[in-house]
Amino acid sequence: MILGWLKGGWSLLLVLGTMVAYGQHEGALHDVLPEAMHAEEGGHGQEEHHGDFDLAAIAVHHIANQNHYVIGPIGIPLPCFLYTSEDGWTVCMSSVFGPDVSHHFNGHYAYRHYVMYGGTVYRVVGEDFPDGKVEIEGFVVKADTVEGSDKEQLFVRYRGRLYPLVPKSTFDAGLLGGGITGFYDFSISKNVVGMFVVAALLFWLFRRMARSYESEEGMAPRGINMLLEPIYEFIEKDVVKPFLGPKWEKYNPFLQSVFFFILGLNLFGQIPFFGSLNITGNLTVTMALALFTFFIVNLSGNRHYWQHVFWMPGVPSWVKVILTPVEFLSLFIKPTTLMFRLFANILSGHLVLVIFVGLIFVFGKAGENTIASLASAVPSMLFSMFMMALELLVALIQAFVFTILSASYLGSAVEEAHH
Amino acid sequence: MEYFAIGLGLAVLGAGIGIGNIGAKAMEAIARQPEAVGDIRGNMILIAAFIEGIALIAIIFATFLHP
Repeated sequence: MILGWLKGGWSLLLVLGTMVAYGQHEGALHDVLPEAMHAEEGGHGQEEHHGDFDLAAIAVHHIANQNHYVIGPIGIPLPCFLYTSEDGWTVCMSSVFGPDVSHHFNGHYAYRHYVMYGGTVYRVVGEDFPDGKVEIEGFVVKADTVEGSDKEQLFVRYRGRLYPLVPKSTFDAGLLGGGITGFYDFSISKNVVGMFVVAALLFWLFRRMARSYESEEGMAPRGINMLLEPIYEFIEKDVVKPFLGPKWEKYNPFLQSVFFFILGLNLFGQIPFFGSLNITGNLTVTMALALFTFFIVNLSGNRHYWQHVFWMPGVPSWVKVILTPVEFLSLFIKPTTLMFRLFANILSGHLVLVIFVGLIFVFGKAGENTIASLASAVPSMLFSMFMMALELLVALIQAFVFTILSASYLGSAVEEAHH
Repeated sequence: MEYFAIGLGLAVLGAGIGIGNIGAKAMEAIARQPEAVGDIRGNMILIAAFIEGIALIAIIFATFLHP
């Protein structure tokens, strides 16, 4: 009972923490803009896009987060919480940017200096751009070269004039192409909705499992519990107990929550045509998860652990001088690798899947060549099916690896001295 | 020149050799001692994850942090 409540609490905490870190800067990948979609609206740029099928841009667009949720033909508008220091907060639904909400969505309206481009909200820069809701005429992309790397500047056209757009702020210090722009997006985006759904589902399933221990005492587990209980016990027996020793009970709820939350998110992202979510393939989500491990490990580290970090016993002094900086750096490298491992594995799976499907359009010249499209559809479908089967395995392995590494870091932080 | 692509390839090569060695040795160990398969599998995944971590850092540096 208590364990069940603890688990629910952890799941909730995880989601809240992830959300707080989330709205800020999930946009690292957004800066690579889906240029293939606005080919028809080029024409004004220095470098025109002639309707080429840009597979890389399409793939990046499909794995990115968006401000609305689309299941097949049904578009669900989501609330946007946008902030700039000059205008303050703007709260609206993503449907204000246009009458329809679809997957490749460029908005038809600007609302209080905000426009939607490719499913993502941008801010319009310009003193004379009208406040309130106005109809816009389209988007223009100009290619630009900044310090040797290609960069694209987006513009919105309104009454024949071009106004530049700025993306939301990202905390990557420009490493991944983002930066602080003065516009902050705290919206409940597609991925946040996915996290809510998975957390609610897990909470419901495990509450039910915990209750069945009272109502069906002594009986064998039934239904979905038959699937979940062995996994739960496997994590407890093979991961938590060996690494944490006598203190396993304290950290079991956290590790179980992390495992099932990541597994749930990974598998939720594998469902085809269900919003094509890529939650754990988003650096911010994995960063929030890794931060949990980082803080729990370092806040529960005992004297013995910190001694090993700052003044390793049993080695000569001159080695300690080299070892201490390395050990100190590894405090931060450990959660960083946790973050990148999950992110890179899930992201690459989604990318490869989109690219396999996209090969149909590459060989078929975007629909012009029907025979080539049909001929390439067969191997493309087979490869996609193979990749999806592989991704199911990867979803399980990566959730397991995240948990086992967290357990091993926790174990090294809480184990008692024995020498 | 896109030198970072060479670094990326080298990182993957190193990780591939490392994980290949782990897999080979784990298989040998399982063949010698089939009853310890559970322990060996868990440790195999753990150590492979460590190697993967180093490779990932190299890949991130090569892809995003090159000048």
